[in-house]
Formats: sequence, structure tokens, C-alpha cells
Amino acid sequence: MGPHIVDNMQQNHRSDTARISDRTHAVEVRGLVKHYGETKALDGVDLTVREGTVLGVLGPNGAGKTTLVRCLATLILPDAGSATVAGYDVVHQPRQLRRTIGLTGQYASVDEKLSGWENLYMIGRLLDLSRAAARRRAAEMLERFSLTDAAKKPVMQYSGGMRRRLDLAASLVGEPSVLYLDEPTTGLDPRTRNEVWDEVQRMVTEGVTVLLTTQYMEEAERLADELTVIDQGRVIAEGRVDELKAKVGGRTLRIRPSDRSQLDAMARELARAGLDGIAGVHTAVDEGLLTVPILTDEQLTAVVGVLASHHFGIADITTHLPSLDDVFLAVTGERRPVSEQSAESATTLQETAA
Amino acid sequence: MSVDTTTSPTPSDRAGSTHPGSGAQPPAPPGRKPAPPVGEGRIGLRANLRHIEALVRRNVLQIKQDPESMFDVLLMPIVFTLLFVYVFGGAISGKGNQDDYVNYVIPGLLAMMGMNIAMAVGTGVNDDVKKGVMDRFRSMPIARSSVLIAKIVVEIGRMSVAMTILLGMGFALGLEVKTSLVEVLAAIGLSMLFGASLMWIFILLGLTLKTPQAVQGLAMLVLTPLQFGSSIFAPPTTMPGWLETFTDYNPLSNLADAARALINGGELANSVWMTLGWAAAITLVTAPLAVAKFRKRT
Repeated sequence: MGPHIVDNMQQNHRSDTARISDRTHAVEVRGLVKHYGETKALDGVDLTVREGTVLGVLGPNGAGKTTLVRCLATLILPDAGSATVAGYDVVHQPRQLRRTIGLTGQYASVDEKLSGWENLYMIGRLLDLSRAAARRRAAEMLERFSLTDAAKKPVMQYSGGMRRRLDLAASLVGEPSVLYLDEPTTGLDPRTRNEVWDEVQRMVTEGVTVLLTTQYMEEAERLADELTVIDQGRVIAEGRVDELKAKVGGRTLRIRPSDRSQLDAMARELARAGLDGIAGVHTAVDEGLLTVPILTDEQLTAVVGVLASHHFGIADITTHLPSLDDVFLAVTGERRPVSEQSAESATTLQETAA
Repeated sequence: MSVDTTTSPTPSDRAGSTHPGSGAQPPAPPGRKPAPPVGEGRIGLRANLRHIEALVRRNVLQIKQDPESMFDVLLMPIVFTLLFVYVFGGAISGKGNQDDYVNYVIPGLLAMMGMNIAMAVGTGVNDDVKKGVMDRFRSMPIARSSVLIAKIVVEIGRMSVAMTILLGMGFALGLEVKTSLVEVLAAIGLSMLFGASLMWIFILLGLTLKTPQAVQGLAMLVLTPLQFGSSIFAPPTTMPGWLETFTDYNPLSNLADAARALINGGELANSVWMTLGWAAAITLVTAPLAVAKFRKRT
């Protein structure tokens, strides 16, 4: 994390130059704004994606994720702010920028009436490959994405998963250095989702930088090195996945007593013991659970010790890391009532990250 | 970690470069293509033609996959010829005079054919926008106009098929060419040119309206009065004065008159120039609008 932050600071000083010759940031977004009438789709978004990493952009529907991707893919012009991809400015160097990117998602699609092979061949030709090279590349990509058997079938007849794999293949024909995946697994079944994830991970090991938007915490957790959480066009949290989790809290201990009627007594004893750093013991009577937030392993031992010394029977004990759902609810939940709070919460999270 | 600010890596450098501080990062995969020789990213003429060719191929394959999309081209000339020659021909030209009417209506239908086929380009563009195919193209390093030009090339091809069938039908029903092959080809060319100019209007509609149905509906609404309020099917002299005035200014009348003069002989300079003028005017106004709409990044 250290070098990244140093880069970040240097970057801020030089972000005005047209071509930022920083090799470590594949994507640089500064104060990006896009309004549609009264709707602030993007309301000053800052983010960076380090070369060769995956940035997950997480947010609910309508948060501005797709608008962000469309800006970065030169499909729409931002109203204010700046963004560079592979060193090229989205506003002033769209042609050069388009050579370096691949786009897969809700909007960039393949032609349903054409076969998989014809789609890939066409894209190869549009990317200035010779006929022979385009043919080779199409076959290569079909092979890689296990679509060789369906090569000649019109895409209309593909299953959802095949279709998504072809989308990925199509965006990789040009060997982009930066790939945008806009909700790549929305609407896919879990097995197909896993296939897509495996492919994305493979691309990353080959050195492609990925900007991934998603609504799925699981997806972000599985693929992303770092996360940016956006809501209502603003960044409300950012950092590594584990940092964001740490921000929300450590682990939660869930204890199921052998005898449910002892739930309250157990909670009382734990509170009375006054264990160091432990506050907020909760009883969930319906589920017959005692939940205790803890930060260290020692606290876990201490909690068990207190319960043992009072001879409570424990049927089950589990620890839970906060999920990204928890993270998301924590940061968006804070934001909703008073908008000023969001700025604060974003700042504190950034400080945590530093 | 220090960053060398003096070098400004080229895209190919960049693609292959690794993070100096992270040894774990894998090297760029082999076979990364060198950045194409583009100064400022402008697309050269040859590349442009290659892109148009690839896109034309796509549109042709679409037709192969969906032969029903050729129904308009294959059936319209047959249905309209039979309908007008046999159903209305007698009423318009008097019973038993259908043969004369063939020579009147076929050049008129030639004019109409271009227009009706041109309409399909609007629904095609609209479909591409809706399905996200257009965004794929728009995010690629190609001239955005090449997507539209490819559509127009394919539609002109479809028109030529329709016009060939139409003339075939005409000959079968007794069409007599009173001029020469050159003039017949000129009539076809003029109809295609006019049809191509109309395509820009349909492209504009396709880019503006929400659904292909809306594009088709609006196009029909505009086209139907233009078609029938013209000299295509009946001589305007038989119409009430106000309508005759309308047909005189209707570009389709000019085109129909020009095609008629080219096939049947007669004075043609005026109608040919008027048609060329209309085609140029329509293109000059709507093509830049359509291209601007297509390129606009909103």
C-alpha cells in the first residue's frame, strides 16, 4: 500500500498535464461530473486504478456506475472533471484511448444475428487485423472461451453464459490494456457466474487492468484488489477490501448456548465481567444466539473463558467477518439521512486506508 | 518509489511495461500487437474502407441469417406492380388500357421503391442502438461514420435487387423501353440516389426515436401522403387544383416524372435537375445532423 499512496500524492501534483506519464495508474479520474438535467449521475468522482489490478466500483442501481464506464469508454462526454486511461484523455484523445480499451457490459454488445466466429472476425477486421490474422484471432478466442463448438451458431441461440463469454472474448480481441466490465454477471446463474469470474481472473494474471462495476458484494470480494463505493454519483468509501471491512468492525462472535433459556444470563455475565474492549453484547432471542463483536483473538479466548467459568453449555460458536453487505450498509446507511455525513465518512475511510 | 516524469511512454511501451515496484506482476503476454501507426489517431482512408467492408459484411450476414428481412425487397415490387396494373390500372387509364398504364406506373414505382426500401435503414440503426451493438462500435477505434456508410451501401444493394425485380415484372407485363439501356440505367441510378438521400432522414429518425416501431410508424405517416400525393400512380392533372399544386412541389413527382421521361422518352431536363437538387438538399441538411447525432457523446 505504501508506494501506492506516494504515487497518489505525486499524481495529484501533476494531474493537470495532458499526458500523465505515470506508469502505475492505468485509469485516473478526477472530479468527474455528468448531470442529466436535475439528475447528478456523476457528482465529482475521483478514483484511480493501478496498472494490472482490478478496481471494483460498487454501488446500488442508479449510483452512477454505468455513467462512469460510459465516460471512460468515450461514449459520453463529462460535464466537468478529467479522466485519463492509459495516459490518454477521455475528452481530447478519444481515438487513441479507444485503441487501449475493451468494453463488456450491459450496453456494449455483440450482434445477435451473427455467429460467434463472425462477430469476433468482424471485430478483428475493425481493429485493423489482416484477414488471416483476424481469422486466427477469432479461432483463438473461441478456443479460449470454450465456444469452438458453437462458433458457427448465431449468437441468438447461445445460452446466457455463452453469450457473456463471447462478450468477454469480443472485448479482448484487440488485446486491450484496460478492460471495463460493467456488471458482467448480472442475470447469470451461480455456476456461469463462477466461469466468468475465472476468466476475469485469468485476464488479470495476463496483465490486463480491470475496472469492474457490480452490485454483488461477492463479486467485488472475489475479483477486486481495491474498491470504490459510489452512491448518488459520489464516492462514499474507498480502500482495499479488508480495509473497508476493518472500518466496519472486526469480527462478530456468534454463540449458541446448549440451553436457550440461559441466553440472558450469559449476556449478563459477559457484561458483568467487563472484558477489555468488549462492548455491545447482543442477544438474538429468536435465533437463540448471543452476538459479541470482537477485535482480537485474545478477546475470543476471554469470552469463552468467562462462559466456561460460569459453566454455561455452548452448543456452537462461530466467528464472522463483516460482509461487504455490512460495509455497504454501513457507509450508505450513514449517508442517507444527512448528506454532509457522507463526506466525513468518505474522508475517514480514506484516512484509514492511508 | 520514484516515477520518471521525463519519459512519455508510447501506448505500446505502456502496454508492455510492468510496475517497477512490483516484481510479482506478470509480464505482458506475448504477441501484444504494436500500436498501429497512428499519429493523432486519425483513421486513414484505407483503414476506413476496410472497416466499411467489415461492417457491410456484417449487414449482409444479418440478411442471410434473417431472410425475412428481404421480404420487402422481394415482394414489394411484385405486389405493387400487380396491384396497380390490374386493380387500379383499368380505373386510372380506362378498361383495357392496362398496357399503357404499365409504362406510366413502372417508372413511378421505381421512384417509390427507393424510398420504401430506404426506410429499413432507420429501423436497423434503431435496433443496433437499442441492443448495444452501436456502443460497441462507438467504443472502437473506427470512424463513426463508417457504421452509417456501411448501412447505406447495403441498402443500396437491396434497392438494386428490388428495382431489378420491378423492371422484370414490368417487362413481363408489357413494359416497353422507348429510349435506350443507358437511360433506363440512369432512371435506376437517379431513384437510388434519391433513396440514398432519404436514408439520412431515416437514420436520423432511427437515432432519435425510442423503438423500431416508432421509426416505422412515423416514416409511414410521412411517406404515405408523399407517395400518393404525387405523380407516381396517377397524372396530377386529374387531381383538384390544391393537390395538383402539392404534387408539383413533391420531390417524388419530380423523380417519377424524371424516371418516366428516361424510360418513355420526353422532356426530362427539368425533372432530372429538380430531383438532383432535392437529393442534394436533403443530404446536405440531414446527413450532417445524423452524423452529429451519432457522434454526440451524451
